[in-house]
Amino acid sequence: MNVKAKKLKEKDLMPKVTTISKEDFLKNYYNMLLIRRFEEKAGQAYGMGLIGGFCHLYIGQEAVVAGVNAALKEGDAMVTSYRDHGHILACGTEPKYVMAELFGRETGVSRGKGGSMHLFDTKNHFYGGHGIVAAQVPIGAGIAFAMQYQNKKNIAVTFLGDGAANQGQVYESFNMASLWNLPVVFVIENNHYGMGTSVDRSTATAEFYKRGKPFGIPGEQVDGMDFFAVYEAMKKADEYSRSGKGPYLLEMKTYRYRGHSMSDPGNYRSKEEINKYKEKYDPINNFKKYGIDKAIVTEDDIKEIATKVKGVMEEAMEFSKNSPEPIASELWTDVYRETE
Amino acid sequence: MAKITVRDALRDAMKEEMRKDDRVFLMGEEVAEYQGAYKVSQGLLEEFGTKRVIDTPITEHGFTGLAVGSAMAGLKPVVEFMTFNFAMQAMDQIINSAAKTNYMSGGQVQCPIVFRGANGAASRVAAQHSQCYASWYAHVPGLVVISPYDSTDSKALLKKAIQDPNPVIFLENEITYGYEFELNESEVDDIEIGKARIVKSGTDITVTCFSIMVEVVMEAAKILEKSGISVEVIDLRTLKPLDSETIINSVKKTNRIVSVEEGWSFCGITSEISALCVEQAFDYLDAEPGRVTAKDVPLPYAANLEKLALPSVEDVCEMVKKTCYKA
Repeated sequence: MNVKAKKLKEKDLMPKVTTISKEDFLKNYYNMLLIRRFEEKAGQAYGMGLIGGFCHLYIGQEAVVAGVNAALKEGDAMVTSYRDHGHILACGTEPKYVMAELFGRETGVSRGKGGSMHLFDTKNHFYGGHGIVAAQVPIGAGIAFAMQYQNKKNIAVTFLGDGAANQGQVYESFNMASLWNLPVVFVIENNHYGMGTSVDRSTATAEFYKRGKPFGIPGEQVDGMDFFAVYEAMKKADEYSRSGKGPYLLEMKTYRYRGHSMSDPGNYRSKEEINKYKEKYDPINNFKKYGIDKAIVTEDDIKEIATKVKGVMEEAMEFSKNSPEPIASELWTDVYRETE
Repeated sequence: MAKITVRDALRDAMKEEMRKDDRVFLMGEEVAEYQGAYKVSQGLLEEFGTKRVIDTPITEHGFTGLAVGSAMAGLKPVVEFMTFNFAMQAMDQIINSAAKTNYMSGGQVQCPIVFRGANGAASRVAAQHSQCYASWYAHVPGLVVISPYDSTDSKALLKKAIQDPNPVIFLENEITYGYEFELNESEVDDIEIGKARIVKSGTDITVTCFSIMVEVVMEAAKILEKSGISVEVIDLRTLKPLDSETIINSVKKTNRIVSVEEGWSFCGITSEISALCVEQAFDYLDAEPGRVTAKDVPLPYAANLEKLALPSVEDVCEMVKKTCYKA
C-alpha cells in the first residue's frame, strides 16, 4: 500500500491513495467490521447477564488497532490495557474463544479465569489484557527488552489511553526505552476521556505526542479515525524502532461511541458530540466509502464480508453459550507453575 | 569445610545460574559498576558484561514492570531491590502483574522472576528503611517467599529460586551479608524450596524463626539450656509454601511453641504459625502458642529505642519460659 497520512480535516476525510490491493482492502475491512460486530454483540450479551463484571468496548476506535496491525510483521507483539477485545482479535485469535472468555467459560482464551480485562494469547503474541491503568506500559517495554536481548528483529507495540498517559510509570518506561534503545512503539489512544474526565480537565499540556520529547522519543499525532493515516504512521514508527533506533510514540486521536465501560451512563459528553463522530468520522463507513468510490471493491464484495462476519459472530455466540463453565477443581490450578 | 560469607554465597548462586542459563540476567540500582550497594553482585559485571548485569535508573515501578514483561516474553530476570522498602513503589507490578498473571491467563503467561534484596532492620536506619515485608508477600497466592539465614541455605535457595518458574520473593538481610558460615557444597543441590530445617533438636518447646532471628533464637536457646529448658529450633527458610509438616511434627513432640519474627505482630508470619498450631495440633498443645515480634511501632532511630523495638534474646527467653509455665 502507498498512502499519505494527514491530520483530520472536515472536508477531506480520507487521504489520497495510490495503490491498495482489493485483497488487502477486504482483509482490513473484515478486521475492523469483525471488531465492531463483536463489540456490539458483547454489549448485548452484557445486558442479558451473560457477561459480568467490567466490560470496556472499543466501538469507534477500530481503525487504530487495525491500522497498527496492518504494519506489523510475524512475531511482533501487542500489549494493552483492559479495553482489549479489539486487540486480541487483531492479533488473530478466533472470536469464539474471546467471547467464551467474556462469558467465563472453560473454552475461553484464559480458561474462564481472567474475563474481559485479562485476555491473553501468547501464541499470537498478545500479552494482555491488564486491569491496572498503565501497568501494561513498562510490561510492553519489557517485552521489547526481551526481543532485543534475544536478538529478535521484532517490535512490541504498547497501547495506552489518554488517562494512562499521566501515570508516572509511563515516563519511567519512556526513560528506559530511550536509554536502552528498546524496539517498542507506544501508541496513545486518545479518545478524549479517561472514564468521565475529559483531557481538558485532567491534563496540563494535552499534546500527548510530545510527551516523549524530553526522553528523546520522536512522536506524531495521527488521525486515529482514518485507517490509512494510522497505517502510514505505524509503518514509519515500525521502521524506526525495528532498525534499532529505539522507541517511537504515536498519539492516535480517536473516539469511543460507548461509555468507558458498560456501567458508564455517559453524562459527561453530549449526544451531539457522539453523533458527530458516528456520522462524519466513522472509521469503517469511511473506509468502505473510500473503497467503493475508488472502485477498489464493489458493494457485493462489502456485502460478502458483512455476511462472513455475521456468520463468524453467530458461531461465536453459539459456541460461548454452549460452552461449560470451568470445573470446580480449576479454582486451584495455575496459582503456581510446576518446574518442567 | 570452607567458610564463606552470605554475600559471597548469594553472588556465587547468581554466577552459577547465569553461567548455566543465558536467559538469566540481573537488574537493579548500582548492581553493575558500583558492584552492588551491598557488594552482593561484585564481579558479575566483569564476567557477564553490560547486557546481563544492568544498572537501572531509580525507577522501581518502571523497572519492575519492565522486568516482569521480559519474564513474560521468555527471559529469567533477577531484580535486585536495594532494600525491600523501595519495592513498595513497585508493589502493583509484583502483585498484580507478576503474582497473578499465570492464574488469570489460565496458565498461559509465565513469570519466572526473582525479586531479591535486603529485608527488615539494618542498624539505625530508622522507620522508612527497616520494615520486614515477609507477611505482606506471603499473603499473596502466586508468590513463593524465601528467607534463608546461613550461607549454604542462601546459595542453595537462590539457585533454586532462579530455576523456579514462579515469581519468587527472596528476602535477605543486610546485617547477615557479612556473616561467615561453613558452605556445605554437597548439600546445595538437595536443599528444596518449601522445606524448613531443624537446626537444633530439643524436647521441651519448639521455637520457629527465620533470617536474622535464627541468630537471636540460637543465642536464647543456649541460655535456656542452662535453665534446663531444651529448645527445638526450626529455621523456616521458606515462608511460602510454609513447611507446616515439620512445624506440626515438632509441636506434637514438644507440645509447646513460640514463633519469632522480626516484623510486627498484627497479621504476621507468627500469627499464621499460631493459627496453624491451634488448628492442626490443638490436642497436642500444653500451652497457648507464644509469639515474639517487633513492638507495634515504626522503628525509631535512637540506639536504645531501636533495641527495645526489635525482638531480643531476652524477649525470646522470657516468652519461652512463660510458654513453659516457668516464668
